[in-house]
Amino acid sequence: METLLITVLTLCSLGVLAALVLFFVARRFRVEEDPRIDEVERMLPGANCGGCGFAGCRGLADALVGRDDIAGLYCPVGGAECMKRVAAYLGKSAPEVEAQTATVRCGGTCAKRPHTNRFDGVRSCAVASALYAGETACAYGCLGYGDCVEVCAFDALRIDPETGLPVVDPERCTACGACVKACPRRIIELRKRWPRERAVYVACMSHDRGAAVMKACKAGCIGCGKCVKVCPFDAIVLENNLAYIDPLRCKLCRKCVNECPTGAIRLVNMEPLPRDPRPTPGEAPVRAPGGEGAAAPDAGKA
Amino acid sequence: MKTFPIGGIHPSDNKLSAGRAVEEMALPDTVTLPLAQHIGAPAIPRVAKGDRVLAGQLVAEGAGFMSANIHASVSGTVTAVDAIVNAQGLSQKAIVIRREGDEWAEGIDRSDAVVRECDLAPAEIVARIREAGIVGMGGATFPTHVKLAVPPGKRVEYLIINGVECEPYLTSDHRVMLERGEELLVGVAILRKALGVDRAWIGIENNKPDAVARLAELAERHAGIEIVPLRVKYPQGGEKQLIAAVTGREVPPPPALPIDVGAVVCNASTALAVYEAVQKRKPLVERVVTVTGKGLREPKNLRVRLGTPVSALIEAAGGMPEGDVKAINGGPMMGRAVVRPEAPVTKGCSGITILSGADAVRREASACIKCARCVAVCPMGLEPYLLSKRSRRKEWDIAEANDITSCIECGCCQATCPGYLPLLDWIRIGKQTVMGRIRARATANGPKK
Repeated sequence: METLLITVLTLCSLGVLAALVLFFVARRFRVEEDPRIDEVERMLPGANCGGCGFAGCRGLADALVGRDDIAGLYCPVGGAECMKRVAAYLGKSAPEVEAQTATVRCGGTCAKRPHTNRFDGVRSCAVASALYAGETACAYGCLGYGDCVEVCAFDALRIDPETGLPVVDPERCTACGACVKACPRRIIELRKRWPRERAVYVACMSHDRGAAVMKACKAGCIGCGKCVKVCPFDAIVLENNLAYIDPLRCKLCRKCVNECPTGAIRLVNMEPLPRDPRPTPGEAPVRAPGGEGAAAPDAGKA
Repeated sequence: MKTFPIGGIHPSDNKLSAGRAVEEMALPDTVTLPLAQHIGAPAIPRVAKGDRVLAGQLVAEGAGFMSANIHASVSGTVTAVDAIVNAQGLSQKAIVIRREGDEWAEGIDRSDAVVRECDLAPAEIVARIREAGIVGMGGATFPTHVKLAVPPGKRVEYLIINGVECEPYLTSDHRVMLERGEELLVGVAILRKALGVDRAWIGIENNKPDAVARLAELAERHAGIEIVPLRVKYPQGGEKQLIAAVTGREVPPPPALPIDVGAVVCNASTALAVYEAVQKRKPLVERVVTVTGKGLREPKNLRVRLGTPVSALIEAAGGMPEGDVKAINGGPMMGRAVVRPEAPVTKGCSGITILSGADAVRREASACIKCARCVAVCPMGLEPYLLSKRSRRKEWDIAEANDITSCIECGCCQATCPGYLPLLDWIRIGKQTVMGRIRARATANGPKK
């Protein structure tokens, strides 16, 4: 009985002693932290994806609370909604950032871009790209081993077995940019996200000359520049044998799509313009100068 | 018999073309000379489309010190100075020349007479080597004039000539040592003079007893040149391994260089090129290339003008075999696969190896069973299975701490792995990434050099 008592008492006094030490240490070395950081962190999505540029959501929350001007901070996962809520809570003005989505700029499907060799090393884009041009004759296109799929924390990417190219699920994509960094060929770009997930973009990255592109891939940009001429908004630039549509200038008019001889300009969730454009009552005033010019030669041929 | 102390493997020799004397390859109709055939800045073209050039004429000049000159390998008309597709399928700038006849630039001595005497000053020798655009011909393509420029405060004690040729299949250095031994030794003497050292060692693996005997016989006339037969072990031709094998000294991990232990290493074919450049004023426009493989009808050694398409060499050896084929620029251990056979032979191309059938295809990888064979064979004393894992998981800091940058990419780990794991694939990408990070840190922290 006595043994039991001594044991219990010793342990209890040890416990009390430790509690006292801890209490005083905690008071003495207390770190003052803004309680709002916890609150803001709770408002953020908690994906810890690093899309904001910080290691995790806590880092962003810390910066949001600490900085006076939060214009440069943005959580791509939570989006504008989330940033507005946070800004309202902190009494700061929310950054205006347009929603974006990841876009795969390669249209070289298995059918259009035939394989010229077989790679039997590690199935990783980073490894293959450091060694050579890849399994096709195009040194710029998608390698298809899915480094982007692997890094996506939101399950928004998958490789389509039919085409061998990655497909973005716009519903799930948060534009965190992880895939952009993972792609050794820099094929994936964050582009403006239009309502109903519509998009027009050049699905090619090849800087090769036209002849070389045609040999390697039937869906490549050959740098002919027809799209540049037809674009009414000066949204398309041709640099180094490759057309690029500026997502901020493009108004989805789709004229370039019909001009492109190889089909390198992709149209998503939209109907293409009719191939043989006839001036309709609605369209006529908008494209009066170009429309007439284009119609005249056709009429002559007929 | 001497060899390096740690690791190494002994793959099957397969020196199919060892007994075949070097043949002169028929001159190609066009040659393609890439502007970057060396480590360092690409050369700057000095000719334009439509220019007539003579063989041996300078067509591109080295851009700065760490670069190398490029000379026309045939006479003819420049048809393009433009992007071409190289052996890896990547775009690269090159000079294309359509051959017309075979006229050589003035002042180049193409006779077989051996010129022994050299009374040039060291600086003049280095200038001639630089002029001739000589780079390390074992495959690393490090500009030779840079190697000979000893940084202040460093002292060279030994010159080591690399006649090891430890890669399976390749026999080009072997044939050069056998057939051009005399010239090679004069080249060694010239290199020794340029560096101001008394002693030179020529390391040769003992699977080439004829080359050892021949050079030993010739070396009797040259004081201070010693032939060192080495026990056969791959990768003995690696610079650090060869220094360890011959001198017993260990080169510390990067950024230390062989010069820090007083050694300068040159390849045997490079020594011959140095002889030709200094004594005969002949720039580096041709080299001996082994075209080999079990599937080839006639594996052979060819003297080839630089810029000749690889496909022409394969044709000369009997044509590409049927079925699964892997064409490799270099040997099977460290060479790089060729996806465009129309790509040209460059300064660093010591052989074209054609693997066919089962040899051409890697076996399917299973899991690591931690047998540590890769650790036992790594000549740099690394732990390949761990480095590979770090790299796969993108744990760059740990990879750096574990000396991933020391890897010489010899491939012993991958060749010995019983699970056929792609260890080197991962380590190579990890090494590249870590080196990139180190460079980025250096530019971020300190002012640029």
